[in-house]
Amino acid sequence: MAINAAGRNVPDSIPGYGEVRHFQGYDKRPPEGARHGKANRASFNTRIDKTLPDIKSAIRASGLESGMVVSFHHHLRNGDYVVNMVLDACAEMGIQDLVIFPTALFGVHKHLTKHIESGVIKQIQGSVNGPIGRLASEGGMQTPVVLRSHGGRPRAAVSGDVKIDVAFIAAPTADRYGNITGASGQSACGSLGYAHTDAEYAECVVAVTDNLQPYPVANTQIRQTWVDYVVAVDKIGDPAGIVSGTTRVTRDPMRLLIARYAAHLIESSPYFREGISFQTGAGGISLAAAAYVRDAMRERNIKGSFGLGGITSFFVDMMKEGLFERLLDVQSFDLDAVKSIGENPNHIEISADWYANPWNSGCTVNMLDTVVLGATEVDRNFNVNVNTEADGALLHGIGGHQDTASGAKLTIITTPLLRGRIPCAVDSVYTVTTPGEVVDAIVTEFGVAVNPKRQDLIDAAKEAGNVPLVSMDELIEKAEQLTGKMEPVEVEDNIIGVVEYRDGTVIDVVRQLKKR
Amino acid sequence: MKLRRTKLYLPGNNPNMLLRGHLFNPDGVILDLEDAVSMSQKDSARVLVQHVLRRGDFGNCEVAVRINGMDTDMWRTDIEAVVPCGVDGIRIPKVENPKDIVLMDEALSEIENKAGIEQGKTLIFCLLETALGIWKAYDIATASPRIAAICPGGEDLRADLKTSRSDTGEELIGPRRMVVLAAHAAHVDALDTVYAAITDDEGLRRETEWVKQLGFQGKSVIHPNQIPVIHDVFTPTASEIEKAKRIVDAAKEAAEKGLGAVQVDGKMVDKPVVKRAEYTLQRAGLKQGGDA
Repeated sequence: MAINAAGRNVPDSIPGYGEVRHFQGYDKRPPEGARHGKANRASFNTRIDKTLPDIKSAIRASGLESGMVVSFHHHLRNGDYVVNMVLDACAEMGIQDLVIFPTALFGVHKHLTKHIESGVIKQIQGSVNGPIGRLASEGGMQTPVVLRSHGGRPRAAVSGDVKIDVAFIAAPTADRYGNITGASGQSACGSLGYAHTDAEYAECVVAVTDNLQPYPVANTQIRQTWVDYVVAVDKIGDPAGIVSGTTRVTRDPMRLLIARYAAHLIESSPYFREGISFQTGAGGISLAAAAYVRDAMRERNIKGSFGLGGITSFFVDMMKEGLFERLLDVQSFDLDAVKSIGENPNHIEISADWYANPWNSGCTVNMLDTVVLGATEVDRNFNVNVNTEADGALLHGIGGHQDTASGAKLTIITTPLLRGRIPCAVDSVYTVTTPGEVVDAIVTEFGVAVNPKRQDLIDAAKEAGNVPLVSMDELIEKAEQLTGKMEPVEVEDNIIGVVEYRDGTVIDVVRQLKKR
Repeated sequence: MKLRRTKLYLPGNNPNMLLRGHLFNPDGVILDLEDAVSMSQKDSARVLVQHVLRRGDFGNCEVAVRINGMDTDMWRTDIEAVVPCGVDGIRIPKVENPKDIVLMDEALSEIENKAGIEQGKTLIFCLLETALGIWKAYDIATASPRIAAICPGGEDLRADLKTSRSDTGEELIGPRRMVVLAAHAAHVDALDTVYAAITDDEGLRRETEWVKQLGFQGKSVIHPNQIPVIHDVFTPTASEIEKAKRIVDAAKEAAEKGLGAVQVDGKMVDKPVVKRAEYTLQRAGLKQGGDA
């Protein structure tokens, strides 16, 4: 056991995970080793068609066996059919003990429960949103879920911490020789940013498509040089679950209030200037903050350099209006973003490695001026939890939270102080996802707490006069006054989740919930 | 001068809204025990509102409670519950008889006395939601020195007038004018009724501009998103403030020199113009709305 730099008590070794490298600080772990790639292979004009008739043939051809590591990407989000399809086939073929390495799982993957119970899946290393997280929290997995950020995941794959045996890539459009694009097809999802590392580093790569087109397809995002097999199926996903229509700004007054304070803080900062770069999530408060910042950019005639991250129609419109020069897109959230990435050369797909991997020669988050992020909880030391809910259940992935917070010059966490009767500002968060040392401000409806390390921001906000500054202690006291103290979550010793920091150290663990 | 540009209704049975409504920075909040609360929840809402009032955490807002009407048997229980907790005012629905105001004045004095609250501190805001109430507006507005404002009704008034809502709101033009006239004759504020279409910011702005022009000082609000729009209309612009300053300064200078009237920007400035300029500066001197 050791108390790590985020103040967490983490064992030196975790069953089903192995030896722990303790978190030492956001920039403290030196990189090790070299990039691990796949074995070389030769190809000649005797094989010019990589298509196979079905998933089972591809599983056989890939050499996939019990105990191997299988990866997936989550660009089809809650509309994805591919993960369930592949694991159903593995189950039917008697394959067991797989480690699955998805970028994220969603509600639609509740289907995997039976494969977890029957032992087809031994471990999940990836974000678990919703039902699978609930299952893990209740002790339903043999080994802990390993959570990594959008940058931490490619770091693990590239460095060899995780060796991907077979990557199954949901491909909205592909040709018979393995060129893939997400920009077209009935299941179009735009950027395929999360899948790039898997394609490049997995020992074997299988594209699964529902839109097989003549060679070569246009707008190739994942190249034939990485792809070993192509399987055509009826449908890789349900378009309704893949992308939404146009993303709209919330009218919820509480969210708008918080967003307005966040925007005021950005406007008061030295980063609100010509060439500002900006990332927000697609969540209600983040998007509303973007809307207020956009209005301020118009008013002060400021033009941004780039918008980053998951891209929505909102950012697409800002670029069209000339408020951003470029969009760097790791994930396209709605139909307008999908359309734009296929048409506009200034709307650029970037891989997760390019976006956020701390172990390369420079990822994009390092160039980011300001990011607006969410939280389930924040604490006195500005630590942020995005993984577990108030009841201690592991319900959310890390996303790019750790990465953008670490990279951006101004990291703003927006959260209501109360969710119903649950306080969101507490003494100590239940799970540390992102350490307080990389968080600059917490914005709530009851005021804005700026990290005391950022006296420059405090001074700027005071001068602006429209940021209601409070201390973190005041926020916590206010929350406690309104809701009373929460009962601590009751847990077993068993560790069901390991939260890695983006550099591969362990920042925190999540334990199994006690049965009520 | 007390700014009453926006008075935000908060349902008396909704702790979330009661605790956080003031964060939207309306000029006032109205904790509602009347229409927002169903009959079965009247008692629990009254207790909840008492608790929230005792916390006293409303920022700079003027705090009023809308009680149940004086035609019910609940109004006395309501004021006995909330006045000792410290409220700035009581909003009475469906007022149509000045005698009721006298009765309320006495009841409030009694409660203030018992609770050790300064006599007359609790203000009265009257909702005139019937044709008779509108007709008696002046008598009501002068029935007690506690009266701070009178407000025309919306839907109830339309029903009583045997008409319905139109896009232009022409059915309420007469009543609104009568309320403005009576209010200013009685030296109390005229506060307009709510704008019901909560997602129609443009419509809200048009109506607010219109009632401001009629002579209202503010509006009741049913959704926090309406606050910035209304404050924007009722808050003088930078150029209005600049002009008002020039007028007041010129008038001051003229008075010092013993002159009757002066010119500003090529226009004669006489007493009413100065009075209006002073009113503009009063409104401008106070906080910005809908924001920190």
